[in-house]
Amino acid sequence: MRRVRIKDDALELRMFLQRSLFAAGIVAVLALLLSGRAFWLQVVQNAHYVELSLGNRARIEPLPPNRGVIYDRAGRVIAENTPAYQLELVREQAGDLEVTLGRLTRFGLLDPSDLARVRQLVLSRRSFEAVPFLLQLDDEEVARYAVHRHELPGVLLETRMARHYPYGPIGAHALGYVGTISEEDLSRIDRERYFGTGVIGKTGVERAYENELLGVGGYREVLVNAEGRPVKQLGEGDMQLKSRDPQAGRELRLTIDIELQRVAEEAMAGRRGAVVAIDPSSGDVLVFASLPSFDPNGFARGISRSDYLALTDNPDQPLFNRVIRGTYPPGSTIKPLMALAGLEYEVVQPSDTIYCPGHYSLPGSRHRFRDWKREGHGTVDMEGAVMQSCDVYFYRLANTLGIQRIHDAMAHMGFGEPTGIDIAGERGGIMPSPAWKKTAFSGRENQVWFPGETVIVGIGQGYWTATILQLAKATALLATRGQHFRPRLVNALVDPATGQVEKRPPEPLPPVELNHKENWETIVNAMVAVTSGPRGTALRASRGAAYSIAGKTGTAQVFSVGQTEKYNEKDIAERLRDHALFVAFAPAEAPKLAIAVLVENGGAGSAVAAPIARAVFDAYLTKAPPP
Amino acid sequence: MMYGELGGSRTRRTVTGMARVLGALRMDGMLLSGLIAVSLFGLFVLWSAAGDNTALWFNQLVRIAIGFALLIVLSQVPDHFLRMLSPAVYVIGLVLLVVVAFAGDIGKGAQRWLDLGVVRFQPSEIMKLAVPMMCAWYLHQRPLPPALRDVALVLLIVLLPVALIAEQPDLGTALLVAAAGMIVLVLGGLSPAYLLGGVAVAGAAVPLMWHLMHDYQRQRVLTLLDPQSDALGAGYHIIQSQIAIGSGGVFGKGWMNGSQAQLEFLPERSTDFIFAVIGEELGLLGLFALLVGYLFIVGRGLYMAMQCRDAFARLLAASITLTFFVYACVNAGMVMGLLPIVGVPLPLVSYGGTSFVTLMAGFGILMSLHSSRKLVG
Repeated sequence: MRRVRIKDDALELRMFLQRSLFAAGIVAVLALLLSGRAFWLQVVQNAHYVELSLGNRARIEPLPPNRGVIYDRAGRVIAENTPAYQLELVREQAGDLEVTLGRLTRFGLLDPSDLARVRQLVLSRRSFEAVPFLLQLDDEEVARYAVHRHELPGVLLETRMARHYPYGPIGAHALGYVGTISEEDLSRIDRERYFGTGVIGKTGVERAYENELLGVGGYREVLVNAEGRPVKQLGEGDMQLKSRDPQAGRELRLTIDIELQRVAEEAMAGRRGAVVAIDPSSGDVLVFASLPSFDPNGFARGISRSDYLALTDNPDQPLFNRVIRGTYPPGSTIKPLMALAGLEYEVVQPSDTIYCPGHYSLPGSRHRFRDWKREGHGTVDMEGAVMQSCDVYFYRLANTLGIQRIHDAMAHMGFGEPTGIDIAGERGGIMPSPAWKKTAFSGRENQVWFPGETVIVGIGQGYWTATILQLAKATALLATRGQHFRPRLVNALVDPATGQVEKRPPEPLPPVELNHKENWETIVNAMVAVTSGPRGTALRASRGAAYSIAGKTGTAQVFSVGQTEKYNEKDIAERLRDHALFVAFAPAEAPKLAIAVLVENGGAGSAVAAPIARAVFDAYLTKAPPP
Repeated sequence: MMYGELGGSRTRRTVTGMARVLGALRMDGMLLSGLIAVSLFGLFVLWSAAGDNTALWFNQLVRIAIGFALLIVLSQVPDHFLRMLSPAVYVIGLVLLVVVAFAGDIGKGAQRWLDLGVVRFQPSEIMKLAVPMMCAWYLHQRPLPPALRDVALVLLIVLLPVALIAEQPDLGTALLVAAAGMIVLVLGGLSPAYLLGGVAVAGAAVPLMWHLMHDYQRQRVLTLLDPQSDALGAGYHIIQSQIAIGSGGVFGKGWMNGSQAQLEFLPERSTDFIFAVIGEELGLLGLFALLVGYLFIVGRGLYMAMQCRDAFARLLAASITLTFFVYACVNAGMVMGLLPIVGVPLPLVSYGGTSFVTLMAGFGILMSLHSSRKLVG
């Protein structure tokens, strides 16, 4: 140290005072700075932050529209909306999604088999959206949720209108059902329209008329806290909360007569198959039964994966729509149509007779096409051939007509093409022809049309397949003598707000015009003979009817029987047995209803299928038709 | 004439009577009034910020009582006793910091707390007072302005505990402790050349500091620069508190009516972010009122410091006063988006016992230092 310094109190005090005053100056500057910042935020930027603060507090809560109610043709409610509890999950509030899902499973609120589906569902929606994952909770589930609520952040219990089908499985395949919106659904819909709506039509009318049924969603701004929970408004009128009322979807009036449908399904009890009944004068489908059926309420409630698998793994395939997606050989039910084609092409007269020895061979061939009646029908004319369902007559007729003319005539009456019914998923079946075979098979040797293939088409076998709806429609065509309409399930739409009814007129298809109109009566008479003639195949089933029925039985081969074997129903496993078919309309002179019935593996059409059609006719024709 | 009117009034008698009591208690009436006023203001705001949690409010009431009790007790301690104790308090505090580094409880991811069985406390709080005490103690024996060697030693006294606290990690407290020590050094006469040199060195050290910072600390700095970059994460605090203050306007939304605070958008609303509640509910006027209260306390504190009889008392008193204002600035700056988020409570207002009690201890010491001058001539 160069010099020894001693403490100089006066100097130190002076220096301290200087510096303290300087510090006081800095304090003043800092105080000004803070004040300036507060002024900037609270005065200059005030409007901006007020807006942000309001935006913080108002959250848009969707008000889902009420789905349109569905009535049957008599005005009975068959799909309605009832209040129900549902669980919804908001991802951004759930914290750790996996933990929450795990807890839901543990508390029995989520089936473990559904875990993956729900996870995917939640992740596919926006993070602030409430995604419904368990619809229509029962009381026990609500109680369990209440107990564990605090452990389930982001899981909300909401009361929503839920779809309910009061008739349960009756008519389920026509009506369809709604279910939770899946990721696949999201890819084809406008998400905005479904904000707040958890379900979408999955099949049947519910799907086909989704646009009409859905309605227009509304919304309401609610005051929420930072956790998104609604809270009471603080001050009076400090904020205008906006809202828009939802508009309910349109109501549908179906052509289905749900009580007639019930009759058909009860008549089918325990069997697999399909029943379709059409009003020939409009194309209205009164009965659309595919059995076994299922309870659509299960889907509306949010079916668990295990329950769904139980349905899909069921060998009876309850979810399979046999009416429009099942294609079967039409069998002998098309014999009246074949006869009509023969008359129109003038290759046969009604009075022409043939001798039926029980089998038929093409000229120059030893192959025997067997008749269902081993000993043969003897000498039959056209009416006899239809009445007794003589195969040999139609083998011969088919061979005479040739496959092209058969194809043209049958295609004209709707075979090989979907009928165009107003629900999706319909199949067209196959109306075979040489041209069809070229496209359907690969390899030249497989593409050649053989005369023998024409022969069996004559009895509705071979490559020919049809849906039960096609058969019903073709039967309606016979009933109206050439007029036909696009089959439909919905005949009116109602706006619930105004009550305005939009009736949909029947949609006529190009009529089938015959060169000789009397041919219609020839065919109809032959079909009446089926149910009333001395050897009519459906005689038993129509005994005692108060009206006349024009019908035709059919038995479609599932399992091919060898040339010399005798078909023995008892020996063949149930699932290899023939399908039983019956088509009919009544009353024959002024038809009100055309019916097609299929009983899978039912055996003979006369014994099994015809009584089912009779039950429907009785229910419909012998009591006053509903208004 | 006025004097005469007052002379006979009860008011005058009461005031003089209270002054006599305070004098006997070696307390400064004006500073005490300022502290009581701001504390009551704090309780008023806390009632709203606490929401339904009235227990929290009563907790704070108890702590305020403890704080004022400590203020009274410490103001009775003679200043030479405080001076004598300074090295011991500093060393004990340093030891406790080392202990907490190895055996402390982890709260909110940082090791700050020492559990003494009965109470849990943060040794870093002691350092808020121990460091300026130690610096003042060291410098008052030396001729001022301090020589380079003394400056270096004081820096060592400051940086040792600061490093330990920063390592906990509690950057906010570390900076405040450093500030308390540095204020002593600057007021003690640190030559402006050193001061500027120090600022330059500190500026040069920024990249190094950046390198040494924890990720979350870096994030806080980055978030300050652009809060929207992480609006729901680290930026959330800044955005929501600015919305709260900004939407309050001049007059505020009214006590208990701040939507940001009451609807829980504002995080930490009863502790570090209570400043935003004031801004939202009481508006610019509320913030000004608080600021005036602070300035009154700081002004009175500085005035008292100037009256102190020796360097130790002067330096310590001024440091306690100015550090108090630094707390207020850092908290307000952080809540208003001027400074990064560091866990510094709003002095005398934020919920939290340790901070309040430490502040009151500081002001108790300040009163003791001030009143001691009268005893010696």
